[in-house]
Amino acid sequence: MKAWAFLAAIGLSLSALLPLAAAVAAPDAVLIRNATVHTVSAAGVLEHTDLLIFDGKVADIGHDLKAPAGAEVIEANGKPVTPGLFGGLSHLGIEEIGLEASQDDYSLKLGSMRPEFDVSLAFNPESVILGVARLGGITFAMVSPSAEAGGKGAPGGTLIAGQGAVAQLDGAIDPGTHALFVDFGGDASALSGGSRAAQFMLFEQAIGEVRSPKALLPNDQRLLTPAGRQTLLGYLNGTGPVVFDVDRAADIRQVIALAGREKLRAVIKGGQEAWRVAPELAAAHIPVVLNPLDDLPTSFDVIGATLENAARLNRAGVKIAFSLDDSQAHNIRKVRQTAGVAVVHGLPPEAGLAAMTSNPAEIFGVANRNGSIARGRPADLVLWSGDPLEVTTLAERVFIAGQSQPMQSRQTLLRDRYLEKLRAHAAR
Amino acid sequence: MVNSYFVQGVRMGSRVFIRPQAVATMIVSAVLVTACATTPNKAGDSAKAVQLALPSASTARSSEFYPSTYHVPSGPPTLIRHATVLTGTGTRLDDADVLIVNGKIQSVGSNLQAPPQSRIVEGNGRWVTPGLIDVHSHLGVYPSPAVEANSDGNEATSPTTPNVWAEHSVWPQDPGFRTALAGGITSLQILPGSANLIGGRSVILKNVPSVTYQGMKFPGAPQGLKMACGENPKRVYGERNIFPSTRMGNMAGYRAQWVEAQEYVRDQQEYARKHAAGDKDAKPPKRDVKLDTLAAVLKGEIIVHMHCYRADEMATILDMSREFGYHVAAFHHAVEAYKIADLLAENGVCGAMWADWWGFKMESYDGIPENIAFVDAAPNGCAIVHSDSEEGIQRLNQEAAKAIAYGRRAGLEIPPERAIKWLTANPAKSIGVLDRTGTLEPGKMGDVVVWNGDPFSVYALAEFVLIDGALRYDRSNPALTPQSDFTLGQPAAAGVYP
Repeated sequence: MKAWAFLAAIGLSLSALLPLAAAVAAPDAVLIRNATVHTVSAAGVLEHTDLLIFDGKVADIGHDLKAPAGAEVIEANGKPVTPGLFGGLSHLGIEEIGLEASQDDYSLKLGSMRPEFDVSLAFNPESVILGVARLGGITFAMVSPSAEAGGKGAPGGTLIAGQGAVAQLDGAIDPGTHALFVDFGGDASALSGGSRAAQFMLFEQAIGEVRSPKALLPNDQRLLTPAGRQTLLGYLNGTGPVVFDVDRAADIRQVIALAGREKLRAVIKGGQEAWRVAPELAAAHIPVVLNPLDDLPTSFDVIGATLENAARLNRAGVKIAFSLDDSQAHNIRKVRQTAGVAVVHGLPPEAGLAAMTSNPAEIFGVANRNGSIARGRPADLVLWSGDPLEVTTLAERVFIAGQSQPMQSRQTLLRDRYLEKLRAHAAR
Repeated sequence: MVNSYFVQGVRMGSRVFIRPQAVATMIVSAVLVTACATTPNKAGDSAKAVQLALPSASTARSSEFYPSTYHVPSGPPTLIRHATVLTGTGTRLDDADVLIVNGKIQSVGSNLQAPPQSRIVEGNGRWVTPGLIDVHSHLGVYPSPAVEANSDGNEATSPTTPNVWAEHSVWPQDPGFRTALAGGITSLQILPGSANLIGGRSVILKNVPSVTYQGMKFPGAPQGLKMACGENPKRVYGERNIFPSTRMGNMAGYRAQWVEAQEYVRDQQEYARKHAAGDKDAKPPKRDVKLDTLAAVLKGEIIVHMHCYRADEMATILDMSREFGYHVAAFHHAVEAYKIADLLAENGVCGAMWADWWGFKMESYDGIPENIAFVDAAPNGCAIVHSDSEEGIQRLNQEAAKAIAYGRRAGLEIPPERAIKWLTANPAKSIGVLDRTGTLEPGKMGDVVVWNGDPFSVYALAEFVLIDGALRYDRSNPALTPQSDFTLGQPAAAGVYP
């Protein structure tokens, strides 16, 4: 009832928020005054600092900056500004409704190995999920495919799920940011004839077809199409990362060996037991994209799951990034909570922030526009109501490529519609 | 990992469920009810009348079997001093003491004296709350590891299975019980999944280590009945081209069962009347384990918890509950509860909700993170934060914190002493145990969590968890809480580097 009185008294929210939406038609220049700027770079954290956005870029960072004529001025009052956050590896924009197959594009089930399958071609920049994620301070994400087994005689996917690419949440897939997704481990054995051992056999066979095309006879059973061989050749030449979805320590060790043998730019996804192989991963410069909340032995691949995975990997010098499960695209804003939990369990706070910003930007080749704040770089940043790792903090302003994003989504419209109803009821 | 919803669908109870190629794959979420069970209404009144007419000798009260063997261990009194105390009754006390003696809350106040041999906990910025209660868990029935052999949460072989009891599936060695304890969970309701229209009976457990589920069973807690609306039942059976495959089929399915249950009760009453009149030829009706459960609902002995997402479906279910004279204690998931917060409050129905999950299926597409705050804001509203997840149950306090933040942005200021009720008193009410736990009132069970600070923060950790006054978790002494037998001797679980 107290809450109620407050609500009625200020007659609020709906009207309070509209001015933010109006800011969409933002002036070219925005000056954020007196912020705590987390650059997530060697420059560190800059307190009581002004930041000028002009022409899409961070034009200046410093003290007592002058607002150009017509600029919007935001008084931050010491609140944090961070780079925009990474939404992880997800089906963002390719899975509108999880359980509705007709609305999902993330998996290929032709029964044949098709590395040339590029799921980013299906990316829908108008998915309402993007707006929800933006309000959570997410500005970029790796749109990624998943392999799924067939059922009841229907063809399924294979251990090569296909390619994904980075999307900027103002709408577009970034050219040149493709990554190849490979599914290993116990829960993927259905994709490879029933044994995880065959995953390595089949993957090596595919590589053999690429490396020695002349050794193939016309009637040989081939895994790859000509286009598939061309695609895989690119990854063997290091043009993009190969993301291995794998958790068990022993399997990770096999992937480290494979990556070394074939000179792949390997990334581990999942990696629930990666902490047990941390020194080897660090030595091989293989990063790990993990969900810090994974702490239960939900399968025999993840008996070693622990809330301290992130902290231990970071301590060993492994580059880490955070992601929810790829099927949780609707709620990728929760990645910030996972970082907070990792910090509570031993990860330094700035490392927690880096795992949502600069680290994924570097791993997936978009460090030139995402992941850190520096003069002359595209303005990809978020002004927070408080500590960015705290669950009670919300994003107040979001900028992508210098453009102020509307702080409105389908969810806020639903909220405002029914808030009116609630207020009318309470007033009765 | 393949898409976890598909590979692990079986364990994610409710949200989605299902693995296409498998049989018993549907999971789903369940709905809970509560608090409302004690609310008098037409349904309750008629149920009472039925109950009075039945001699106890003729009722098949199977809940008397499979009894709890949980015993409160004897231990020293505990005095927590100079802490910030959220009582669960809507009150916040700063610099207050909590005294627990003989397993019960003895007093809450200032300058309490510790009896001899007391365990003393100094406040030092710590916060104290009632033990948290999750009304929607599948721990034990969809345990870790999520292997086929332990996938025991959905009897998805018939759309109506009121004859199954979740407790008969509970594996007490699920490591998830321990991680939930570290999150401050002292009691929880284990539900069947949501594949079925009528999924079966739930069980209320105390979150204590035990070799048998009976050793965890909350003494005297009523059982619940899990029912499910919407997509899950119609998908599970519709995909097999059997009934039901539509929402109208769902309704027809429930109603047919309630009609049978009413006839069953009538036959029992008829027999009781004849028996009382000395009719030696009177034959008791044949006992039916399915109808035992439904009859117990109509008599008000079992509490209905219903998985339901859409506002319009919840309203339809409320009409059905009036048709047959029973009460829905809580809608679980209730992703659109914010659209009918007034209707739920007027009917004394709780909403058991997530903070921010949405969109994983069509009926969750309209989810908003203000849902909990809206349900709370309706006059007499009853909001509950639930998990339906072995991950979420570990941090219900953070889920509530998110709901507070979104509510505040919408103009609903929710102080901690109010929000804590979403995790304690309201869930206790919905599962019918508010007279025993859920608040820090004298005489109640000593179910208490000592936090390292304000619990509504990502930085909050439960430092001590007491259940019936016994210290079950101490963050500085992990060995106090036994590991599951399952993880024993597993090198990775033991933290061994290969």
